[in-house]
Amino acid sequence: MTPDLECLNLTKGFGDMLAVDDVSFAVPRGSFFSILGPSGCGKTTIMRMIAGFLEPTSGDIHIRGRSVLNTPPNKRPVNMVFQHLALFPMMNVAENIGYGLRRAGMAKPEIASKVDQALDRIGLPGIGPRKVSELSGGQKQRVAIARCMVLEPDVLLLDEPLGALDLKLRERMKVELKALQAAFDTTFVYITHDQSEALVMSDRIAVMNEGRFEQVGTGQDLYYRPETAFVAGFVGDSNRWSGRIERVSGDEMEMRTDSGMLMRGATHDRPLAVGQRADIFVRPEAIRIARSDDDLAHFDNRITGRVESLLFNGAASRILVQDASGSGEIEVNLPQSGEFAGLDRGSEVRIGWSGAQGNCFAAGKA
Amino acid sequence: MRAEAKLGLILLLTPLLLWLSLLILIPHVDMFLVSLRERVGVNEYRISLANYLTFINEPLYLRTFVRTAVMSTIATIITLLIAFPVSYYIAKIARGRVQSALFLLCLVPFWVSELVRTFGWMILLRETGLISNLLQYTGLADGPVEMLYNDAAIMVGLVYTSMLFMVVPLVTTLESLPDEVVEAGYDLGGSWFSILREIIIPHAAPGIVSGSIVVFMLSLGNYLTPTMLGGKDSLWFTELIYSQFIVRFNWELGAAFGFLLLGLSSAIVWGMLKLTGQTLEKTMG
Ligand SMILES: Nc1ncnc2c1ncn2[C@@H]1O[C@H](COP(=O)(O)OP(=O)(O)OP(=O)(O)O)[C@@H](O)[C@H]1O
Ligand SMILES: [Mg+2]
Repeated sequence: MTPDLECLNLTKGFGDMLAVDDVSFAVPRGSFFSILGPSGCGKTTIMRMIAGFLEPTSGDIHIRGRSVLNTPPNKRPVNMVFQHLALFPMMNVAENIGYGLRRAGMAKPEIASKVDQALDRIGLPGIGPRKVSELSGGQKQRVAIARCMVLEPDVLLLDEPLGALDLKLRERMKVELKALQAAFDTTFVYITHDQSEALVMSDRIAVMNEGRFEQVGTGQDLYYRPETAFVAGFVGDSNRWSGRIERVSGDEMEMRTDSGMLMRGATHDRPLAVGQRADIFVRPEAIRIARSDDDLAHFDNRITGRVESLLFNGAASRILVQDASGSGEIEVNLPQSGEFAGLDRGSEVRIGWSGAQGNCFAAGKA
Repeated sequence: MRAEAKLGLILLLTPLLLWLSLLILIPHVDMFLVSLRERVGVNEYRISLANYLTFINEPLYLRTFVRTAVMSTIATIITLLIAFPVSYYIAKIARGRVQSALFLLCLVPFWVSELVRTFGWMILLRETGLISNLLQYTGLADGPVEMLYNDAAIMVGLVYTSMLFMVVPLVTTLESLPDEVVEAGYDLGGSWFSILREIIIPHAAPGIVSGSIVVFMLSLGNYLTPTMLGGKDSLWFTELIYSQFIVRFNWELGAAFGFLLLGLSSAIVWGMLKLTGQTLEKTMG
């Protein structure tokens, strides 16, 4: 089946700066695709090219197999939910949702019934006559989506639509958006700088940095098998050490950090050479805490240290461990079993992790 | 504490109240009383509606009155039509330096006095003026062309004088329209015309109405432009008021005319607000 949306070597430059640099991807029909990247990396620029508000410097955009480069935005079979939603304040909710249908020349009674259907779909029946200013943030959100969905676009673009909402509502809308996507059965392209939004909702995620795609894959791929140092650092939390590689044998490697600690890890098939500078990333939840060395016997990295501070954050509580040699802080997830509830600042702990849990990347390129 | 706050309020309000009562309220009350009296002999007056009756019974007065209203309305509409695209460009398309430069350009005409500005137009439009010479030079006209002393010349002058007062409120309201909203209109399939009609104009309505009110009142009460650019047949109502007060010393009739003008502008402004469904608070706030 042809993908709903396909970008081929898409490039956009503003003056000398390349905001989007040779980006290619395909989004299969009915899937939820996210572009995740830090602020200013070019996400909105990609969206605006797909929607037709910007002309690519080079490259092509195909929707359902046909190039849309020469189609103006009001004729493209894509619709966009804007960052600030951009509901029409001069119209009520029903007029907002019906706008696209009116423009398409649909008959009035038909528009009315379609609008009612859409309002049912988003779970807000009967709010048609309300003014936009009388809606809550979450309701506006849903109206903005409904306004696009009544047009039955091939692809729906969403530009950080949850950015303006407060944390609680954002959590709820994540789940709701995913449900809406399933209900409308439309291809969603979603951009965000919030990794948890991307991880929760997406079928596939592209991680973007400085105009380029670093990696495209499922959330699990990105989280457990990052392909670049940027992805390892950007998706999820990690302890990160820089150093020099001292030994590589088969899949095993050792790195001496700049602060003097010896780290054992796995190469995961990455080309790493002795003497090369590298960064190693270890996730806090991959590190075990123990009271005696015996519990950690099967780990190839073992460190004894002191608790530097306790970072209480409910289920995601952590401790900061200061290495005994005083050469670095390590973030470690606190198990929720209560085993270490008595841990205090200054108490001595042993920590360890398996080298295979670490991801090591040659430094310099990034 | 309470007394101090009260004192502050009084001090703040005093200049405003003085201004309102001395310059607006008292003269108008007096004018109204003057307009209601009829001279029956030397220093002998009685209250009557004679002045207003004179106005109704004299076709010239009535015609001038209507003409002034119609011309002012047309001037307002023309100003709006010219100012709207200009304002849209300044508010939405121009960026940074260009934007402020264009805005300043609208202000430039106000650096010289109205009198000089109007003379400027006379230099351009008169028989031996620049445009007439240019037309002859390019062979578009055989002889000298007189473009002064007609309604068109008045219109040009009025529109020119009023432009800024339309541009400022329009730019302000248009600037508050997020680009995203216009783009959303396109994205949902709107053509530029439907976006203009359904999104931009409704959004700019308060600016359009307040700009129009100001321009209309300025045109209605303008004296210099119609007098200098207009001809013998293009009388302006303010000219009638002037001649009653200054030339004929008929203060009673002049005051009545003044009140009629006030009534006219109030009525038209009220009508305009009703027609567009705007309120005074919304347009002026
Ligand atoms: N019209 C423009 N002219 C010049 N540079 C631009 C223009 N639009 C965007 N840029 C630049 O292109 C880069 C990418 O911008 P873009 O808006 O795509 O970022 P983004 O990833 O959407 O960021 P955010 O998460 O903050 O919205 C930025 O460096 C920005 O300054
Ligand atoms: Mg953006």
